[in-house]
Amino acid sequence: MGKWTTWASASAVLAAVAGWTLGAAAQQPPIKVGVLHSLSGTMAISETTLKDTVLMMVDDINKKGGLLGRKVEAVVVDPASNWPLFAEKARELIQKEKVDVVFGCWTSVSRKSVLPVFEELNGLLFYPVQYEGEESSRNIFYTGAAPNQQAIPAVEYLMSKEGGEVKRWVLAGTDYVYPRTTNKILEAFLLAKGVKKEDIMINYTPFGHSDWQTIVADIKKFASAGKKTAVVSTINGDANVPFYKELANAGIKASDIPVVAFSVGEEELAGIDTKNLVGHLAAWNYFQSVKSPVNDAFIKQWHAFIKNPKRVTNDPMEATYIGFKMWTQAVQQAGTTNVDAVRQALIGQKVKAPSGMVSELTANHHITKPVLIGEIQANGQFEIVWQTKGPVKADAWSKYIPESAKLTADWTYPWVCGNCEKPKYSQ
Amino acid sequence: MSRLMLVARTLAALLFVSLAVHATPAGAQSFDDWVKKLASDNFSEKLEAAEKLGDLGDGRAVPALKALSDGQLYVRKADGAALIADGDRFFDAASGKGLGTLPADDVDKVRVNNRLRGVIAASLSKLSLFSTDRATRLAAAKAAFANPTPETAAALERALKSEKDPEVLAAIRFSLAAAQVNAGPVADRVKAIEALAGTADPQVRNLLASVRNNKDAPPEVLKAAETALSSIERQLALIGLVENVFQGISLGSVLLLAAVGLAITFGVMGVINMAHGEMIMLGAYTAYTVQLVCRALLPKELVGFYLVISLPVAFLVSGAVGVLLERGVIRFLYGRPLETMLATWGISLVLQQAVRSIFDAQNKEVANPDWMTGGFDLMGGFFVSWNRLYIIVFCFLMLGVMALVLRRTSFGLHMRAVTQNRDMAAAMGIPTARVDALTFGLGSGLAGMAGVALSQIGNVSPNLGQIYIVDSFLVVVFGGVGNLLGTLVASLSLGIINKILEPFAGAVLGKVAVLVFIILFIQWRPRGLFALKGRFVES
Repeated sequence: MGKWTTWASASAVLAAVAGWTLGAAAQQPPIKVGVLHSLSGTMAISETTLKDTVLMMVDDINKKGGLLGRKVEAVVVDPASNWPLFAEKARELIQKEKVDVVFGCWTSVSRKSVLPVFEELNGLLFYPVQYEGEESSRNIFYTGAAPNQQAIPAVEYLMSKEGGEVKRWVLAGTDYVYPRTTNKILEAFLLAKGVKKEDIMINYTPFGHSDWQTIVADIKKFASAGKKTAVVSTINGDANVPFYKELANAGIKASDIPVVAFSVGEEELAGIDTKNLVGHLAAWNYFQSVKSPVNDAFIKQWHAFIKNPKRVTNDPMEATYIGFKMWTQAVQQAGTTNVDAVRQALIGQKVKAPSGMVSELTANHHITKPVLIGEIQANGQFEIVWQTKGPVKADAWSKYIPESAKLTADWTYPWVCGNCEKPKYSQ
Repeated sequence: MSRLMLVARTLAALLFVSLAVHATPAGAQSFDDWVKKLASDNFSEKLEAAEKLGDLGDGRAVPALKALSDGQLYVRKADGAALIADGDRFFDAASGKGLGTLPADDVDKVRVNNRLRGVIAASLSKLSLFSTDRATRLAAAKAAFANPTPETAAALERALKSEKDPEVLAAIRFSLAAAQVNAGPVADRVKAIEALAGTADPQVRNLLASVRNNKDAPPEVLKAAETALSSIERQLALIGLVENVFQGISLGSVLLLAAVGLAITFGVMGVINMAHGEMIMLGAYTAYTVQLVCRALLPKELVGFYLVISLPVAFLVSGAVGVLLERGVIRFLYGRPLETMLATWGISLVLQQAVRSIFDAQNKEVANPDWMTGGFDLMGGFFVSWNRLYIIVFCFLMLGVMALVLRRTSFGLHMRAVTQNRDMAAAMGIPTARVDALTFGLGSGLAGMAGVALSQIGNVSPNLGQIYIVDSFLVVVFGGVGNLLGTLVASLSLGIINKILEPFAGAVLGKVAVLVFIILFIQWRPRGLFALKGRFVES
């Protein structure tokens, strides 16, 4: 008994000195953060970086004394670019590992495959990649851009005087759900803006398409009609390198036919010689070249963590960073990691983002973010040539597709629904 | 960059001489102002300045415009003067005076966008029409075609008066005709259309089509446009076909490159080698590594030759891995195709992950050397790029050398003997085990060399091999197992079929159609195009 009181009082003194967080951190079980990114297979090229970003954030929060006085521990699994395996691993993370939150997925098909698991087991997923929209789940928070935060502003920019008053459009994409849906929205948008059907060329290619001769020649022919032409590219992953190489070798310059890409960031450019691509564009919500104190700190933290000053940062990394910060703030506010409590607390969270603006999590489980258009530079970075004045709110459901324009995503009372035409009052 | 600057400056100097004749006396004052405006903060001011500098016809503007377009124009914060950067040294954009190095805080880069680049290109082409350099004038006269405005027409007419060189004259007349088809006296317009009619070019076609669709045009003009158009359409259709065939050969050569190593390991030896793609991948990574070493060791002018050095190195690296593979794993599995397939597939995963661990998962940049960059317009918008052309040549060379090795060397003889009748070959004193290892090494080495070539047109990533493995098997099976000629014919015909289908069916359906075609074909001829015949062919 005497021993117990000494120990207790000693620990009370310690807690008083160091703040009770540190003392308690050693005793309570850690908070578990699941990381569901492919570390092997085709998507490893993009997703390993995001795994490292989450680890960096976990490391950072532990250095600052943990969360709610507990240590944070990352549980990393490898779904190996295999869509059904994503669902299995998600189940494993929630049921077996009992993680409090999961950061993961890149492709839309992987997200679609884990969605039912997260809804069934009431998990929490932060999805950090720009996507096609037309979705809002109770259990998923989308920190990447919806089409109205990336694709539509990019097209509007190209239509403007500054962007070159483009009149003819090539919508080129990889053949899967993200490009198909984005192009459907874009086509509806262009038609609404008075672009004629014959001035739009839509082209799909298989994953990993490597022979672009015919398509590049077609684009050239399509562009020779005398009207200013631009290519809107939703080409994803490995197909981009041969596409850009073919463009460069076919002598297509950005001043003749600019290509604006939605899936090409700093990381993807690392595999391409950008000398001949200067002036081609990309639309994102963040570029490494953004000048802001938060971004400087973010880049410094990344280089220190990864121990390589040459590694670049990119948009999905920033989205992961924002998501992680919002989740920690919500946990602190709720005082617990209970999924239902945290989910409530997340709506309305604000984070000073590396993009230089404040992002807010809105009731449709998406976040507000600025839209930036960058030009590829010879050093593989982007120079920002245009940006929105403030952050843009995401539309989970596009207003350009008639059947989705009616839907509302709002997870606050009285809606509590991701795809409703009328309020629902209860979940 | 410095080379570009040198060209720009020489050009400016040359122009300066020629402008002693053309320059207007009032130009001196406003010229400096416009150059200063190029470095403005405001995009519309920059646009106006770029346009005005083109109209002024003062060749001193060329370096400043070029610098702005290339992102090398800076503004001095103190007085807003435009400066051209060359490395870390600066020059005054208006006078060309050297200013030495300046602290980075004193200057700001001038921003440029694609619209501005377009205006600059138009201005430069107008300025270049009066250059003393023949090639520059020729290029400018040709470029003027794309910009058929009255201002261009005026500049072209001025150039027409002073031009002496016949080829440049022809180009100027041609571009002038394009600028004249839509306005002016009827006779001139008909003449302009007739001048254009002989040229099969998509741009000319679209221009003439716009004339034909113009309802207000006089009937003579419409008729001339109609006749010219139909002859151009015919020529273009023919060119389109030639283009498709060329692209087909190019795709075929890529398939052949990927498959030729497999034609040895699978075709000749009968090993279902799922790790074949990874041998290609190793070759590509060897090219990347050799490039890094060359950048560090060789002088700048010679770095472009890293590709030539990579070829033998890649052959050795992939070949050595192949020999190891054969000695370590495959030789225990001869005659057990299922086990071989599983084992080599496992090895392919190991190799991928090994590369991912050593080089990380990111794509690696393997730069096209200068002599492989770009291309030329062969005819009527049919653009041939150098890297495709080199790859076609390289792939035929490789196949030729292969055929020689197989038919004319004693190693080739041993190889054929062992694969045709192992026991008999052993009885004749041929070291069959060594021949097996070397044959496998040869096939793998060839795949490695293919990897070097393929690094020029695609990704260099750990997954590179998977892109090619299915196509490689397809080619070998379609061509007939064990037959190099079959591999050649199969890859070229697959390439051409694919490229002829693609414009109609799209890339996705085109690929499906080719697969269906092969399945049907194999039903009809299970042994492929060129089946081996003879006693040694098993049952």
